[in-house]
Amino acid sequence: MSVITLNEPGKELLMMGNEAIARGALEAGVKVGAAYPGTPSTDIIENLAGVASQMGLYVEWSINEKVALEVASSASFSGLRAICAMKQNGMNVASDYLLTLNLVGVKTGLVLVACDDPQGHSSNNEQDSRLFAKMADLPLLEPSTFQESKEMTKWAFQLSEEIGNVVILRGVTRTSHARGNVVLGQLPKTEVKARFDRSKQWLTQPLVPKHQQLHRTLDRLEEIYAASPFNQYLGPESPKVLIITSGTGWLYSQEAVEILGLEGSVGILKVGTTWPLPTQWIVENLKRTDQVLFIEEVDPFLEGNVKEIAADHARKIGPKEFYGKKSGHVPPMGEMTPDRVVDALARIFKISYHPRTPEYETRAQEVAKTMLPSRALGFCAGCPHRASFWSIKNALQMDNREGFATYDIGCYALGRGPAGYYQLRVGGAMGTGTGLASGFGRLSDLGFDQPVIAMCGDSTFFHSAMPALVNAHYNKSNLVMVILDNSATAMTGFQPHPGVGKNAMGETVSPVEIEEVCRAFGAKVEVTDPFDIPDTRDKLLRALEDPEGAKVLIMRRRCQMLKGKDEKPPYRVWVDPQKCIGEGCGCDRVCTRVFKCPGLIWDPKEGKSKVDEVICIGCGVCTDICPEGAIIKEETK
Amino acid sequence: MATQEETYNLIITGVGGQGNVLSSQLIGQALVGKGYFVTIGETYGASQRGGSVMSHIRISSKKQLSPLIPRGKADIVIGLEPVEALRVLTVYGNSQTVVLSNTRPIYPVDVTSGDEKYPDPEEIQRALKDLSRKVHYIPATEKAMEMGSSILGNMIMMGALLELNLLPLNLAEFRETLSRTFKEARLETNLRALEEGKRTVRS
Repeated sequence: MSVITLNEPGKELLMMGNEAIARGALEAGVKVGAAYPGTPSTDIIENLAGVASQMGLYVEWSINEKVALEVASSASFSGLRAICAMKQNGMNVASDYLLTLNLVGVKTGLVLVACDDPQGHSSNNEQDSRLFAKMADLPLLEPSTFQESKEMTKWAFQLSEEIGNVVILRGVTRTSHARGNVVLGQLPKTEVKARFDRSKQWLTQPLVPKHQQLHRTLDRLEEIYAASPFNQYLGPESPKVLIITSGTGWLYSQEAVEILGLEGSVGILKVGTTWPLPTQWIVENLKRTDQVLFIEEVDPFLEGNVKEIAADHARKIGPKEFYGKKSGHVPPMGEMTPDRVVDALARIFKISYHPRTPEYETRAQEVAKTMLPSRALGFCAGCPHRASFWSIKNALQMDNREGFATYDIGCYALGRGPAGYYQLRVGGAMGTGTGLASGFGRLSDLGFDQPVIAMCGDSTFFHSAMPALVNAHYNKSNLVMVILDNSATAMTGFQPHPGVGKNAMGETVSPVEIEEVCRAFGAKVEVTDPFDIPDTRDKLLRALEDPEGAKVLIMRRRCQMLKGKDEKPPYRVWVDPQKCIGEGCGCDRVCTRVFKCPGLIWDPKEGKSKVDEVICIGCGVCTDICPEGAIIKEETK
Repeated sequence: MATQEETYNLIITGVGGQGNVLSSQLIGQALVGKGYFVTIGETYGASQRGGSVMSHIRISSKKQLSPLIPRGKADIVIGLEPVEALRVLTVYGNSQTVVLSNTRPIYPVDVTSGDEKYPDPEEIQRALKDLSRKVHYIPATEKAMEMGSSILGNMIMMGALLELNLLPLNLAEFRETLSRTFKEARLETNLRALEEGKRTVRS
C-alpha cells in the first residue's frame, strides 16, 4: 500500500518531498491531478496516479504541461480541487495559459507545483520559476522541509479558494527529491459532484479592471501572509548579520551557523510566502540589523525584492549592507549547499574555516587530481539508442555531405556525448530538434546543402514535436526526422504516453500510432528495429538521399530497463580470446573505444576485450560490430 | 553497541543501478520508525545512466538536518564501487571516517575506451586508508554473484554495516523494515544477503 494514503493521523514516516506534496493534496481533498513527467516533479502526480482508484481521483499524464494546466483548471471550474505539477521547463510551456488564467481566476482550489532543478542535475537548463509568480501576479509558496511540503500544499488549496486564483508552490531538487520526516494528518471524506455552472463566464475581459483586481489581491495576500506560520525568525534579538532565506536555505543556513559557532551573531529570517513579500514583516525584521545576507536558489529573487522594500522604507530602517549574489558572497548560479552558506558567512565574519587538517586536505586534493577517472553518463547496456546512434553515425559518414543531427530532451540527448558518438549538434528543448531541422531543411534557396536529421523521442513527439513536423511539411522543408520509439517516457521513470496504449489510470486505450500521425501530416514514413543495424543504416541512407519533403524514420525497440523487468536476456555473450586480436587488430578496439557499451571492458593484462557479466544484459548487438567475429552470442534457453 | 553520538552522516555511493537509493530508503525508514530524524539527499535522474550516484543519509536524535552533508563531515562512507568510495572521501571524508568498500570495480567507459586509467586495487586501498580511520573491504559483488544476482551486493553491504554497529540500528530492526517492503520470495533472498554481509565482517 502506498504510504500517502495511510489514514493514521499523527504517524511519523520517512517521505520524499514530492510524496509529502501528494499527501498534502490528499489531505486537502484533491480530486484531480495532471502533469507531464519531468524531474524533479514527476513523483507528485505518479504517486497520486497510484492511488487514484482507491481515493476516487482522476489523474492523468497529459501530453504537455500546458494541457496539464488546462485539464487541472477544468476541474477547478467544475468545483473540484486540482493539482498540476511540472518541472521548470514545463512552466515555460504552461505559462501561455497561466498568464491568461491569472486574469480569469479559478473556482475551487488550484495548486500549480513548479519544481526547479538548480545545477541542472536532471535538466537541460537552470531556471528560477519563481519569476513566473511575479510576472503573473500570483501567490508563491516555498517549502523548506518535508513536513512543510505537506502543510503548505494543504494550505495552498485553501488560499487558492480564498483569493479565487491559482497558487504556485515551488519545490527544488533538494526539497522535492529528498526524503525526511513527515507527520501525517487527517484524510478527509469529501463527496463532490463535478459540474460547470454555465450561468457564469470565465473571461479575461474586461481586461484592465481584471488586472487591477489582481493587484488588489496581491495587497490582500500581504495581509494574509503577515500571520503565516511559514514565515519565522530564528536568532538573537539584534544579530550582527541577518540571513534572509527560503526553500533549502533554511536548513543549510542553520547548519552553517552551527558549524561556524555564530548562533549569537546571526539571525535567520525564513520566508515561506515569497510572493508577494509580506512587506511590513520584512521591514520590521530589517530593523534588527544593518547587514543582510541572502541565501536562495537560483536567481536573486528575494534579494532584489527585499532590496526594493528596503529602498521604499529607507528613511525608517536606515542604510544596509547587502550580501548575496550581487555582492559575490554567494555564487550567482548552481545549487545552494551548506558549504556555500559557510563560505559566505566566513567571508563576512572574516573567519578562516577548514573542515579538515591541511595534511588531509592535501592528500584528498592529490587523490582527486590524479586517481579518479571520470564517469561519463551513457546509455545503459542493451539500450536501443546506442544501436540507433551507431547507425546514424555510420549513415552520415557514408552519405558524406557533412550532415548533422538536431535534438530534444530525453535519454537520447545523452547522445550529444561519447555515448552517441557526439552526433548531436544543436537543440535542447522539447520538440526543438524538429523545429530547427524544419528551418535548416528550408534554407536550400540560400545555399544550404547539408542533410539534417531531427532526433526526437516518442513521448517528446506527442509533447511538442508534432507541430514542428506539420510545419516542415507545410513549408516544404527537406529533413529526416528520426523518432527513437522506446515505448515509454524513459528518463523520468517509464511513464506511459499516447503511443503506449495505457494511461496514468491504468486504463487501456487504443494507442496513437506515430507512423499514422506522421503520414497524416504528409511525411514519408519508414519503421525499423535499431538492433537490425544494416536495415536501419540502409533506410536512413535512403531517407537522407531523398531530396523532397519531410521523411520520418521510426527506430522502434522497447527500453531495455522495461524489457529487463519482464524478459530474460536473449543471449549469453562473451569474447572468444582466440579470435580477439586486441590492439593488434586494425579495428582500433572498435568495441570498447568506439562502440562504448559499458558491458564491454578491456583487459589490459591480456590485451583483449572482455564482457563484464555484471553489466551485460545479453542484447547481442555488439556481435555485429566486431570485424573478427570475436564476440560470440548464444541463445539462452 | 552503537556509539552514542547525536548525529550520523552516512554516504552510500556507487554507480547508477547498484541500488543505493533503495538501501538508503530502507535505512531511513527503519530509523524514523525508531524516533530519529532522517534526511536523505539523493542524486539520480540523468545520473542513473552509468554515472556516479550518491545518497547522503543524515540521522539526528534532535532535529531535521539538511539534505546535503557539508564537506569533510561524513562519518561513514559505503562504496558499492571502490573508486566511487574514494571520490566521495576526497570531498566529504575526514580522518575519522569509517569506510565500507565493495571490492569489485565497475569500469567507466572513459576507462574501457582507453582515454583514462582506473587505478590499481593496491593504489585504491592505499588511498582509502590514507583518507579514513578504518576501511572494511567487502567482496559484495562476488558474494552476490554466488547467490545468483549481482544486485544483492547492496544488501550484503547493508549486512556488513549493521554488523559493525556503526548506526543506532540493529539487524532485527532492519529485518523488520525489509519484511514490510519486500514480498516473500524477494524478502527471503534479501535476508540471506544480509546474513552473508554480516559474515564478511565477522572476525
